[in-house]
Amino acid sequence: MQLYDMPDARGHFGQFGGTFVAETLVEALEELRVMYEKYRHDPVFLAEYAYDLKHFVGRPSPIYHAKRLSDKVGGAQIYLKREDLNHTGAHKINNTIGQALLAKRMGKPRVIAETGAGQHGVATATIAARLGLECVVYMGSEDVKRQAPNVFRMKLLGATVVPVESGSKTLKDALNEAMRDWVTNVHNTFYIIGTVAGPHPYPMMVRDFQAVIGIEAKEQMIEMVGRQPDAVVACVGGGSNAMGIFYPYIDVPNVRLIGVEAAGLGMETGKHAAPLTANSPVGVLHGNRTYLMQDADGNIIETHSVSAGLDYPGVGPEHAWLKDIKRAEYVAITDDEAMAAFHNLCRTEGIIPALESSHALAYAEKLAKTMSKDQIILVNLSGRGDKDINTVAKLANITL
Amino acid sequence: MSRIQTVFTALKQQGKTALIPYITAGDPHPKHTVNLMHTLVKHGADMIELGVPFSDPMADGPVIQRASERALLHKVGLTAVLAMVKTFRETNQTTPIILMGYANPIEAIGAAAFADRAKAADVDGVITVDYPPEECGDFVQQLRSRDIDPVFLLSPTTDQKRVDLIVNQASGFVYYVSLKGVTGAANLDINEVSQRVASIRTQTNLPVGVGFGIRDAATAKATAAIADAVVVGSRMVQTIEASNDENLLSNVATLMDELKAAVDAAK
Repeated sequence: MQLYDMPDARGHFGQFGGTFVAETLVEALEELRVMYEKYRHDPVFLAEYAYDLKHFVGRPSPIYHAKRLSDKVGGAQIYLKREDLNHTGAHKINNTIGQALLAKRMGKPRVIAETGAGQHGVATATIAARLGLECVVYMGSEDVKRQAPNVFRMKLLGATVVPVESGSKTLKDALNEAMRDWVTNVHNTFYIIGTVAGPHPYPMMVRDFQAVIGIEAKEQMIEMVGRQPDAVVACVGGGSNAMGIFYPYIDVPNVRLIGVEAAGLGMETGKHAAPLTANSPVGVLHGNRTYLMQDADGNIIETHSVSAGLDYPGVGPEHAWLKDIKRAEYVAITDDEAMAAFHNLCRTEGIIPALESSHALAYAEKLAKTMSKDQIILVNLSGRGDKDINTVAKLANITL
Repeated sequence: MSRIQTVFTALKQQGKTALIPYITAGDPHPKHTVNLMHTLVKHGADMIELGVPFSDPMADGPVIQRASERALLHKVGLTAVLAMVKTFRETNQTTPIILMGYANPIEAIGAAAFADRAKAADVDGVITVDYPPEECGDFVQQLRSRDIDPVFLLSPTTDQKRVDLIVNQASGFVYYVSLKGVTGAANLDINEVSQRVASIRTQTNLPVGVGFGIRDAATAKATAAIADAVVVGSRMVQTIEASNDENLLSNVATLMDELKAAVDAAK
């Protein structure tokens, strides 16, 4: 029984969400809303989506009991939902396939995307190649530098990567630029947003396409241990991997849902990307109302995180809502804590995690210590860390 | 009668079209803004659209985005912009000032408090790019209860039903965005604009302004022939960007004279 029924017809999660866009985009969003409503329960569409998830992505992704890590940490058993094993190396592909199939049905020959770490850009370029769609990816020039392997990957897949030089040159600026492209080319272009932010219906649609993570996990946990975990932990930038695993668990009692934001150099320094943990004020950015890192004049302030994928001043509106209704908890992990967890997983389990996911791992380690050995924490291991080796090497003063 | 209404009524009697230049407050430096506003008026501005700098101006092209970035370097936010309007009003009580910007600076203050402060600064109208009518009912009430005009944008993709919805919320005038795209794009189709403006006029008695893509005397003249107001933004900001402290006011004056002559020659 699904008791939780959000958002409302206009995309509001309480005071959050909505459609805060320039008039030029209203019609395009309305078209998208109508088309998504038409196909979200359409058996043929869903079968096509499920086929690609199975045969192209390699789903279901397994759940893995990280025994050595659990023993080393001491306390609760840590299980990992292995989204890092997906084709293209992260959860992002779940969503890009769904949206690209929708683009195809809407007759749009061109797709665009914004990307931070590059995982969403790669996932978009991948499905665009597979479906024969033209693909343009906007990426902050700062991120282009720190995620060079993913930039090359996108180019190999036939996408055009446009470095964005404005503002802080990171994810939010890439999103601005993608919006500008969409306003201009709305007749032939589908904008594949990579996270549970943006105007309605994106936060809902991206959540629905990512919910496969939590739907699988609920079945797999029963098969593996005969019960659901005591806590589900996932990292939150915009929050798509977290929403994906949280959503099917919202109505399951006694399962704690914990989102882990990036505390960067430390919450007290102000150099972080953790609007929920910092109790940032509510504002409007990128088409929705949510908690936002901003100054007294309402200008967005620059964020900091070692992981490009978490380097975002806002958060998906549904996370803002889940925080307010106290269904989910939000905490933050510093760059240093995430790096330690990164190395820990490499050495104890033979898995190189993405720096984003390392934030969730770091908090799971902290939490596990406060719990007993028969309790279970399920961590969404949202991506693999191959893309991060340059960043990690640089931090350790190693030349590759 | 509001200042905006007064100006449109007077121009209509003279058979003329309003010229509305846009500048970003604080660009190139806050010390110039009030002087620039007076120069605009002296050289034919019937109203002024004053941009509120914002860190993430999603609906603007690179020209106006750079203007925002220049202003933000000097920490010009909404509070500073309202102070500039107040200073301008010390010597000009007749030219309508329309603030144009994004929702978040307003959200940071709160709708009611913003409306109070805008009224105290003697602002006449407010355009908020990312507040479509469905999302800003309270904001519109707060403005209208203080006799500030909420001005809304209409786009080539706005269907007739939405035009109805929007003109019911709007006052002062409506602003037809003449092309799909961000500010500063350069492909104005005057025939299409003409048809759309005629269609909008069947749904409202509010004056119809046209902007986006008006870059020179020729496009200003063509637009003035069909609209009640012509808005020139990116071209104005480009001229400011290309000027230095010495020639800033004279360069802007030259451009305004050229645009004013073109607009006046249209009807």
